Amino acid sequence: MLDTFFNIEIMKAAWPILLAGLGNTLLLSATVVPLGLLGGLILALLARLRSPWVRWPLMAWVDFFRAFPPLVLLIFLYAGLPFIGLELGGFGCVAIAFFLNTGAYYGEILRAGIDSVPTGQSEAARSTGLSATQTMAWVILPQAVRNVLPDLMSNTLEVVKLTALGSVVAMPELLFQARQAQSLTYNPTPIVVAALIYFALLWPLVRLLSRLENRALRAG
Amino acid sequence: MSSWERFLDTFFNARVMAKYWPDILYGMWVTIELAVLVVITGIASGLLLALLRAAGIRPVNWLMIFVVDVLRALPPLVIIVLIYFGLPSVDIAPSGFVSTWAALALVLMAFSEEIFWSGITAVPRGQWEASRSTGLSFTQTLLFVVLPQALRMTIPPLTSRTIAITKGTALGSVVAVSEILGQASSAVSNSYNPSPLMLGAAAYLVLFIPVVVAGRWVETRFAWKK
Amino acid sequence: MAAPIIEARAIHKHFGALHVLKGVDLQVAERELVFVIGPSGSGKSTLLRCLNRLETPDSGSVVVDGIDLLARATDINRARQRIGMVFQSFNLYPHMTALGNVTLALRKVAGKTAAEAEALGLAALDRVGLRDRAGHTPGQLSGGQAQRVAIARAIALEPRVMLFDEPTSALDPELVGSVLAVMRELRQDGMTMVVVSHEMGFARAAADRVVFMDDGQIVEQGAPAAIFEAPREARTRAFIGQIQRH
Repeated sequence: MLDTFFNIEIMKAAWPILLAGLGNTLLLSATVVPLGLLGGLILALLARLRSPWVRWPLMAWVDFFRAFPPLVLLIFLYAGLPFIGLELGGFGCVAIAFFLNTGAYYGEILRAGIDSVPTGQSEAARSTGLSATQTMAWVILPQAVRNVLPDLMSNTLEVVKLTALGSVVAMPELLFQARQAQSLTYNPTPIVVAALIYFALLWPLVRLLSRLENRALRAG
Repeated sequence: MSSWERFLDTFFNARVMAKYWPDILYGMWVTIELAVLVVITGIASGLLLALLRAAGIRPVNWLMIFVVDVLRALPPLVIIVLIYFGLPSVDIAPSGFVSTWAALALVLMAFSEEIFWSGITAVPRGQWEASRSTGLSFTQTLLFVVLPQALRMTIPPLTSRTIAITKGTALGSVVAVSEILGQASSAVSNSYNPSPLMLGAAAYLVLFIPVVVAGRWVETRFAWKK
Repeated sequence: MAAPIIEARAIHKHFGALHVLKGVDLQVAERELVFVIGPSGSGKSTLLRCLNRLETPDSGSVVVDGIDLLARATDINRARQRIGMVFQSFNLYPHMTALGNVTLALRKVAGKTAAEAEALGLAALDRVGLRDRAGHTPGQLSGGQAQRVAIARAIALEPRVMLFDEPTSALDPELVGSVLAVMRELRQDGMTMVVVSHEMGFARAAADRVVFMDDGQIVEQGAPAAIFEAPREARTRAFIGQIQRH
């Protein structure tokens, strides 16, 4: 059993491969989280425009990406775009897919956050001469982010976990590297180690979230 | 051929679509089967775990919290791969379908246990006391007084979480499950044409848009209110 | 005095390092109405909650209607049927109608059929004057109505004694009267009652005995007139003086 799942020799051999994968996972996360946040912010700000010409298409856009499995979106870009002569590669496809998919989720969260800030805040800020943009940036958004911080963190956890999808389009991230090592060694140890790395990386966030969620519900 | 016609011929090729739509339809059926199995087993086991946690047996709860944390921290695809490629080494060889089902059900179990547990602890202490003072037992109080109130509170977060995890059925394509994405991908490589992907995308939207819209309605209908 | 229906002896209770009950004895006779007063933190609510074992005393004994509540063999859920309790914050089940609140224990503990439970439940609601509110949910009731439904929930089980934990403290002043009226009727029907409350007017008019607690002990007890007009202990005098100024 130990020899199968925790084979020390194979761990030693696979370690550099996995470490490179971890590096890429972190790099990927550091790219897609800001991208998703940016997409979300754009959507949340567009939602401020109360016009039905913006609101309905926006809702359709968000629902579309909530309904569409991210892996399908990724494969769609990866396998579909080359047919019109666009070769973006794994990284490009992952970046676009995450910008669209996680942007929709971040957008819903930020929108709820902005809605949670009382209108009096904006009125007070405008009455002191701040512009609409300044009011948003310095008064509304900081409060909005604080109000929905647990949701933002929870979504960020999901985004980091989603980077494992990169393995399907040959991005050399942690899961991909682990599977490579596994198929070279005919032993599942590298996958077990990869799982342990994911766990070590994300457990603190999971613990923190579980505390925040419990507190929010009890206060609600 | 104009470029527009070439675009249509590439992505909406009628001949390819006619040939492969039964495959996609079959994939839809597999996706539905997988999703229903995941939702039922995942939520039911999550609820059972939350009820067990209410019994307050310390070592059991510590173990439960740890397992839930593990399942929340690992990417679902990693769990699928672990089951599908790992277990055969100890002579258990689950199919791709079973691996995907087990992994997603475990993940949903973990998330729903957390949500149910938050709901149970959010019910005020006075409700327990009032019920116990009329002679209802701990279990009766949990089932008839606390749980109904807890469930109402848990409906919005549980709905969005369930939708997100159910979409993970597409991950089954990685371990050769012939659900929509798997069927569409193999059709693309067989026909050298991306039209089956369009069909697959449409199939996902047909399945999940109603679920997302219903979820939106549920979330506003049962939004946190006292 | 006949054999008491409630007999609590030498009750001690700690919450962590806090010693909240320091050897309390309390006997209540059948059909007696005992009022428990005292400053907040004096242990009066804790004492009341020991009388149906919502709190388990660290030592001492509690016997209600011949049942030793602290004995291991006692089926506490059966025993609690005979001990009704009304809470400060009503604690009605928000997901059920008034009738549902009243009939839940009738069905699940007393083993009545749905029809029997409904008849008994409606009768209990009738006694508190709220038969016409049977289908309302707690959210649709005023505070006074909610508390009367809570009383109906307890009396529907035909308890031998009733415990009231500050039943009117959460009510707007104009709603207090309706709850006290129901309590007065219960009293006239001969219900044994232990009431933790600051409603001095009600105590004067209806109580057989007033018990003053402070710092986890019973300081003084006696007829309402004696306690309110001629308290012997300095602490009692100070407390009575304070609440009468308000």
